[in-house]
Amino acid sequence: MSEITHYKEVWSHRTPRTRLFMWLGWLALVALFVWCWQLMTENTIWAFVWDAPRQASDIGSRMWPPRLSYLPELMQPLWDTINIATLGTIGGVIMAVPVAFMAARNTTPSATILRPIALFIIVASRSINALIWALLLVAIIGPGLLAGIIAIALRSIGFVGKLLYEAIEETDARQVEAIAATGASEAQILNYGIVPQVMPAFWGISVFRWDINIRESTILGLVGAGGIGLKLQASLNVLAWPQVTVILLLILATVVFSEWVSAKVRHAII
Amino acid sequence: MSTSYPTTWRRPPQIIKDRTWRIGLQIAILVYLVLAVGTLEVNWQRVAVGLERGQRFIMGFLQPDFTSRWNDIYRGLIESLTMTLTSTVIGVILSIPVGIGAARNLAPAPVYYFCRAIIAVSRSLQEVIIAIFLVAMFGFGPFAGFLTLSFATIGFIAKLLADDIEEIDEAQAEAVRSTGASWLQLVNYAIQPQVMPRLIGLSLYRLDINFRESAVIGIVGAGGIGATLNTAIDRYEYDSAGAILLIIIGIVMIAEYGSSYLRKFLQ
Repeated sequence: MSEITHYKEVWSHRTPRTRLFMWLGWLALVALFVWCWQLMTENTIWAFVWDAPRQASDIGSRMWPPRLSYLPELMQPLWDTINIATLGTIGGVIMAVPVAFMAARNTTPSATILRPIALFIIVASRSINALIWALLLVAIIGPGLLAGIIAIALRSIGFVGKLLYEAIEETDARQVEAIAATGASEAQILNYGIVPQVMPAFWGISVFRWDINIRESTILGLVGAGGIGLKLQASLNVLAWPQVTVILLLILATVVFSEWVSAKVRHAII
Repeated sequence: MSTSYPTTWRRPPQIIKDRTWRIGLQIAILVYLVLAVGTLEVNWQRVAVGLERGQRFIMGFLQPDFTSRWNDIYRGLIESLTMTLTSTVIGVILSIPVGIGAARNLAPAPVYYFCRAIIAVSRSLQEVIIAIFLVAMFGFGPFAGFLTLSFATIGFIAKLLADDIEEIDEAQAEAVRSTGASWLQLVNYAIQPQVMPRLIGLSLYRLDINFRESAVIGIVGAGGIGATLNTAIDRYEYDSAGAILLIIIGIVMIAEYGSSYLRKFLQ
């Protein structure tokens, strides 16, 4: 039995051909990376980069200890921040619901015209960050809370709309059919067949988005849209580093708290 | 004798079953809304003035001007795209050891807690806030943006990778271990084949997120298309701003469809 010898003695996962292609793929990635790196660092001033550790220790020493007496002054902006996030989420959800029903295949009134429009609204809103919306809105309607609320609302449409329309598409068709069989109108089918099925998903998505919005609304002030970010920007501008530390700690605490609340609520619903 | 049946039906409440709780919650929400809207100071005059500008912006969005600021847009785009790719590659490379360290079934307790701490810090800080600090340390430009995005990528990929490693099929790891494999061989032959498809999928997803974020961190000076956009809006050149936004939306759409296609192809 000598024929066994022509099998290879070393096991390898892939054939030489696939290995060659994989190797070429990795090579292409490395080449692309090097090329991008060259382009990116064309204008980098390396003296600043090598200087960074010194700068870091300098900033670090200025930031400590935090100026805790600044904390009471931050309560009003913190309240504003929470309002931006909450009112923005409510506004975004209200706008997202019709968009989601238009985008879902099983509820859309017209698959040829309205559905692509709804999908475009979702993609456009998702691809532009709340900070960019805020930048635009501050230029249009002036600095303040309203710009922040609308920015958060516009950004939320895409997120809530996308998750909600996926939930609507996953509903059980038999329940809808049962309602339709009683002679219900279109509106009644929506109200009694689909809405009860997507309700838990709806609340879960809304609370999840609220949690993300708290996070995002803390920085909206950097472009003038109100809230705690405004104080951060002011402190950074006058190089008041101990105040910056206090603000960052407060932001961190708020984010952790909102994450905890949202995890609790979602756990209770789902 | 006919017993009277109710002729109408009311839908029972779904989420909060208890009546007092439900009414209490509704009142609490109402009180909060009144308070929140009450403290909202809106300068309606300014808003009215702004509406005309808003109209101009919408016109700019409908008739975008790609040409007159094309050089700036082009430079910003190149910065954003290169920043996205390099930061994703470096971020993923760095997040692999962190992710392995943060997996309970592979790492000893001290390493586990250390790596989980790195992940927690990276995830809880906003990209923009990190960018502010890195710009202060490393100077303006895409290099600071690259570092910001790499740092944010570590938190994202390492967390999901660690969760993935914790959920692998233990039987395969056991089989490789029983051949007398070393720890490195265990990772290479038992863990890596199981998590690799997910890791590639996550990296592509992160590439998409990094591009979106690269448009934002430019606002605080970290280079990229965000800086160009900021300048365009500051100069009230809404037609150029509209063009930039349309480019961002277009690239995000391409990236989203491309990465979902690639993920299907790879899995």
